[in-house]
Amino acid sequence: MGKFENGVSTLDDFKVSSKTDQFQGHDYYAVDDLLTDEHKIARDAVRAWVKQSVSPIIEDCANRSLCPTHLFKELGEIGAYGPSIPAKYGGGGMDDIAYGIIMQELERGDSGIRSMASVQGSLVMYPIYRFASEEQKMKWLPKLGSGELIGCFGLTEPDHGSNPAGMVTNIKDDGDCYILNGAKMWITNSPVADIAVVWAKDEEGKIRGMVVESDSKGFSAPEIHGKWSLRASVTGELVFEDVRVPKENVFPEIKGLKGPLSCLTKARYGISWGAIGAAMDCYDSALRYSQERVQFGKPIGAFQLTQKKLAEMITEITKAQLLCWRLGSLMNNGKATPAQVSMAKRNNVNMALEIAREARQIHGGMGITNEYPIMRHMMNLETVLTYEGTHDIHLLITGMDVTGFNAFK
Amino acid sequence: MKLLVCVSKTPDTTAKISFNADHTEFNEAGITFIMNPYDEWYALVRAMELKEATGGTVTLINVGPASNDAVIRKGLAIGADDAVRIDCNPTSSLYVAKQIAEYAKEQNYDMVFCGKETIDYNGSEVGGMVADMLAMPFISYASEMEMNGNTATIKRDIEGGKETIEVDTPFVLSAAKGLAEQRIPNMRGIMQARRKPINVVSPVDFEDVSSVVSYELPPAKAACKMVDPENMEELVRLLHEEAKII
Ligand SMILES: Cc1cc2nc3c(=O)[nH]c(=O)nc-3n(C[C@H](O)[C@H](O)[C@H](O)COP(=O)(O)OP(=O)(O)OC[C@H]3O[C@@H](n4cnc5c(N)ncnc54)[C@H](O)[C@@H]3O)c2cc1C
Repeated sequence: MGKFENGVSTLDDFKVSSKTDQFQGHDYYAVDDLLTDEHKIARDAVRAWVKQSVSPIIEDCANRSLCPTHLFKELGEIGAYGPSIPAKYGGGGMDDIAYGIIMQELERGDSGIRSMASVQGSLVMYPIYRFASEEQKMKWLPKLGSGELIGCFGLTEPDHGSNPAGMVTNIKDDGDCYILNGAKMWITNSPVADIAVVWAKDEEGKIRGMVVESDSKGFSAPEIHGKWSLRASVTGELVFEDVRVPKENVFPEIKGLKGPLSCLTKARYGISWGAIGAAMDCYDSALRYSQERVQFGKPIGAFQLTQKKLAEMITEITKAQLLCWRLGSLMNNGKATPAQVSMAKRNNVNMALEIAREARQIHGGMGITNEYPIMRHMMNLETVLTYEGTHDIHLLITGMDVTGFNAFK
Repeated sequence: MKLLVCVSKTPDTTAKISFNADHTEFNEAGITFIMNPYDEWYALVRAMELKEATGGTVTLINVGPASNDAVIRKGLAIGADDAVRIDCNPTSSLYVAKQIAEYAKEQNYDMVFCGKETIDYNGSEVGGMVADMLAMPFISYASEMEMNGNTATIKRDIEGGKETIEVDTPFVLSAAKGLAEQRIPNMRGIMQARRKPINVVSPVDFEDVSSVVSYELPPAKAACKMVDPENMEELVRLLHEEAKII
């Protein structure tokens, strides 16, 4: 980064679009009746923030592949980080449905902006909240919650993506510290992060989690360039060369893959809602376009083939909304299983990607330009389909859950 | 300072408006409601700013049924301290004003804020009526306001310009664009709002003096006609013969 003064962008760094964001929510089955007033106020608040702070600049961010880093603070101010973490620790003290709705609205704006928030909330604050000592919680969480500090989550390695258990990043005991060595790949926020939650193997080969400060000696986070997806979010590597990690920074209790996996369950749950946001934005734009664009003397929405696309889109969005609402209710009662979350993540992201493709066709040639949000969502969703467990890996999780056979290995 | 902000519920600006079969009632089915933007963005936020600068309390008041609580909660999430809802189905501006004034007269508010109008019925009446009933001055269409002790200097929008007025508290003000800037409630505010009280009060008896006879929708917008920029004669003909504006 460093392209901005002090490393942080301002609104002036971006070209402000002259178009107003006309998005309206879609609720075909009156799912709103299942939500509380708080849920609805939270949704309207985040939607208003997206229209005010994201929509005017997002096409320029994506076009030039620049992360609007000034939004980290704003996301903290509206309370988008860890809304379901208790207020004492810098969260919002809300339920999991509220968390899902916030992710939906952020991703309606852009998957990259939602990623900035879901990494900070679910992959950085959540493990610290769940696994760190009280002292460590108070040290990091309030500042992460306000956006004063930025965090990232390092699990994936260059040679270990879908199979994180094979990781080679490791720690060795050295008195009051551990010595960390290895490298992580594809890490959202890493080039701008103040701290990283890193997963590495100890000398017994057990996976341990820890907070690593980015100003530690031997720590670097080079940016990954050339992404055609999630271009408004910054992605990088994490490289550790004999980084000394104080012992108190290592999560005391949790050992093994269930540590990182429990964070991923939370984040994947948020993604299953987020995908609805991206899908709704594509549908909303396509619906409006189909009513305005005239060919052969009629609005294109009057042709059966266009109606088939739109009708199928709203059907799929409605199913996804009900799936998420039910999953959120299970989450609120502590009853959702990771496999149920896998089903929702896989179904909803794929649904959003298919809707983006259909919506692109409805927009004709205009659909490939940045006059409309479609191509941006479509390209973003290619990442969303892959990260936090690929589309196929989630299918294998469902397959294993229903058959009892492990088809991974 | 003790501030009262009148807030009402209006259909979302994008709502499709329809009426019942004999056009005597607005059809609420499927409508998303919001807080009237003039109440929320300008009146409430300016009241919040005054409270933040000088201390005091901001109370919301709404005249309406329990289904209005969602809108009231949003006002509490933005930062109001508490709220009063006069539990009834109001029938006219006069009815609403009567209920607000009856409640407010016991409370010694320094200022009563409302929006310059609601974006549904566009009455612009409630503020003036409340002021009259409370025997307070009424400053309408306020787009700027500064306080100095108990004296307010208020700029109000007039045709083609502004008028500056000085007035001492207590007074009633109706807020126009410019008085403040929209505030988006944050998640913490939304959660705190859950614990703030909405005090439900029974309405006073009041025989309304007018009733709605019927509603009608504006005529549907005609399709847009494109005129070739070279063809000025055709443009003039259309403006003269069809639009009848020249
Ligand atoms: C923009 C971006 C941001 C990211 N952010 C983060 C982050 O913040 N933190 C982090 O830790 N990671 C992050 N990731 C990494 C992401 O989680 C991984 O890319 C993902 O887990 C897949 O790993 P991989 O890319 O190594 O693909 P691979 O695991 O190599 O998979 C390649 C293909 O093989 C398939 N495959 C693999 N194993 C099997 C199997 N057993 N059976 C059938 N098919 C299989 C996969 O489904 C996939 O189609 C990010 C990725 C991207 C693109």
